[in-house]
Amino acid sequence: MTAQTVKLCETCPAYDASALKRLGVKVGAADYVVALAGNPNTGKSTIFNALTGLRQHVGNWPGKTVARAEGGCDYNGRQYRLIDLPGTYSLLSTSVDEEIARDFILFGKPDVTIVVVDSTRLERNLNLTLQILEITDRVVVALNLIDEAQRHGIQVDARHLSRRLGVPVIPMAARRLQGIPELLQAVEQVAKGLYATRPHRIHQFGAKLERALNGLIAQIEQEYPGLPNARWVALRLLDADASIEQAIREHRLGDLNRDVEASGTEKAVPAEVVA
Amino acid sequence: MSAPLPILEKAQRLRAELGEDYHDKLMEALYADAAQIAESSVSRSSQHVSPSFDRALDRALTHPVGGFLTMGMMFFIVFWITITGANIPSRILGDLLLGSLYTVLHGIAAALGMSPWLSGLLIDGVYLATAWVVSVMLPPMAIFFPLFTLLEDFGYLPRVAFNLDRLFAAAGAHGKQSLSMMMGFGCNAAGVIATRIIDSPRERLIATLTNNFSICNGRWPTLILIGTIFIGGTAPPVLASLVAALSVVAVAGLGIIMTLLVSWGLSKTWLKGVPSVFSLELPPYRPPQILRTLYTSVIDRTLIVLWRALMMAAPAGAVIWLTSNIIIGGDSIAGHMVNLLNPLGLLLGLNGVILTAYIVAIPANEIVIPTILMLTLTLGRNIVGAQSGVMLELDEGQVYTVLTQVGGWTLLTAVNLMLFSLLHNPCSTTLLTIWHETRSRKWTLVAALLPLGLGVLATFTTTLLTAVF
Repeated sequence: MTAQTVKLCETCPAYDASALKRLGVKVGAADYVVALAGNPNTGKSTIFNALTGLRQHVGNWPGKTVARAEGGCDYNGRQYRLIDLPGTYSLLSTSVDEEIARDFILFGKPDVTIVVVDSTRLERNLNLTLQILEITDRVVVALNLIDEAQRHGIQVDARHLSRRLGVPVIPMAARRLQGIPELLQAVEQVAKGLYATRPHRIHQFGAKLERALNGLIAQIEQEYPGLPNARWVALRLLDADASIEQAIREHRLGDLNRDVEASGTEKAVPAEVVA
Repeated sequence: MSAPLPILEKAQRLRAELGEDYHDKLMEALYADAAQIAESSVSRSSQHVSPSFDRALDRALTHPVGGFLTMGMMFFIVFWITITGANIPSRILGDLLLGSLYTVLHGIAAALGMSPWLSGLLIDGVYLATAWVVSVMLPPMAIFFPLFTLLEDFGYLPRVAFNLDRLFAAAGAHGKQSLSMMMGFGCNAAGVIATRIIDSPRERLIATLTNNFSICNGRWPTLILIGTIFIGGTAPPVLASLVAALSVVAVAGLGIIMTLLVSWGLSKTWLKGVPSVFSLELPPYRPPQILRTLYTSVIDRTLIVLWRALMMAAPAGAVIWLTSNIIIGGDSIAGHMVNLLNPLGLLLGLNGVILTAYIVAIPANEIVIPTILMLTLTLGRNIVGAQSGVMLELDEGQVYTVLTQVGGWTLLTAVNLMLFSLLHNPCSTTLLTIWHETRSRKWTLVAALLPLGLGVLATFTTTLLTAVF
């Protein structure tokens, strides 16, 4: 965007930049909880800082955030609590930073999960995005670093991507604060349920695997009616995921049921996450 | 109670049916979807701007030989700028806080009729300890942090990690350990937390146990001061600051070598295993946002670290003052400790004062030098006129005089102090973090005793060698 268009955009009512109040760490009982996930070094902390007004240290190297950082903002009169999760390439392995990210998306029950995606490395970033879409359907994809992508001659069709993933995709250049208002708008719509997401599910399994999966899903749904991510739980159980097995033994799996009304008031976060 | 368990049984049965390649199939399906979606969403323009600058820079910075040379140069320049730049502001702060303000405070205490005990404890103990930490630590940190952060912002650190990865792999450790090591150069407690990025528990433990070999903020000032007055002092004045910077780089480099050696030792003996494979992303170079970096590193990093140092220094100042002023059996508590530790200290080419200072400074390495000076002055021949328990600020020439004339220091003492500063137990905050992360008393104890043992070994060896030749 040129400076001219930026100026024009700022006066447009849809822009609504003034609706954002950065609250820093002063969030009381937030209306909505928003998690920021994504690969390392995609600009999660930059977006986090832009939204909260905090100055969480931003580093140009993978593995910089290993714990989570929290902050808040007020948008259109609603309070949002933002959680900056450690950057990970996947949610399927076992390092502590990945567990922190995975457990928060799973047990912390965020109202919206913003997946920050590097436009210059879309394919690799989508691996994580698809995994997150298996866990939660309330996702907004922040297609970040479009300025860098443009410099490298890469164009990403955000509308097409949004159709394929079934969730809003917002092109952004967070370092220049481009796309922040659009992101907030999308987060608000998903949080309030105004945007009905239809998340992409991993397919292309073999028939044998698909049969086994469906059998297990049926049993899970029978025991936990209304569980939103039965399919993901089944996928993980077939992979012998110890922490999901543990959750079943301890009867915590029912907690995965989303209670939209109560969300935001109490957040059960595993103790080791609060470092 | 029994309800959920059939799920687990069923999952287990299905798992057996599906065979072992389930995980691979799942990943393949995931990758295939991601590839297909990405393929259909991305288009590349024909006038593709090749990132040739990035490529050329990467070739230079990660060159097997040139990469290491550049690395050495970069760190040398950073330290040299820090050492030369911090000199004058340190002196100004010292004059102000330890000269003028100190006198004013004593004047106020006298006017209020405060008892000498109370004013001694508060002004000569608590105030002086904190003031010393501010004047010595603030200027180098305010220069070092922004410089380091600029390198980080630019994207240099992953290249350093890339260079070191080869060495870590050869040592049987995880390549990501180079990243947690980098964090350790700021603060070991932060470095220990950063080991969370390592998946394998074995390799994570190696990274945790060796993080202390990264010189942290609390130790840079000690190295910079001793390097400047003892090592830099041996060179002609024109070259003094260069030689001083070199000596600091040498100790930091030795730290990296120790990290690799100890990692290798651990992975061959106690923590046997094969290094795991991982991918390290080299992010694109990004122009550093200079003003923002200055703001973040000065306000957040520098002030937060300084605050921690002050929180540690204030009570430590009181303890030092008390131990020097409570007399038991004809000598102060500090005096007894120094006498007790002196034989061991001399065996290590150090002295009882230095070892006592390291015990007092367990909560914070920052206060080692002030404690050494104060103890040397009060317990040595009282020629400079220091009162008991008063931490004196002395300019560099005087520090040299006190340590050599009163403390009996030689070049060996200085070199061994620099070695011991690298090789001794981590501070209590780091130990607490290690315990928190490992939940193991055994490994916390190992983390404390391993570097201490190596420090004793190293200083004893240099002392022995000096005695022989």
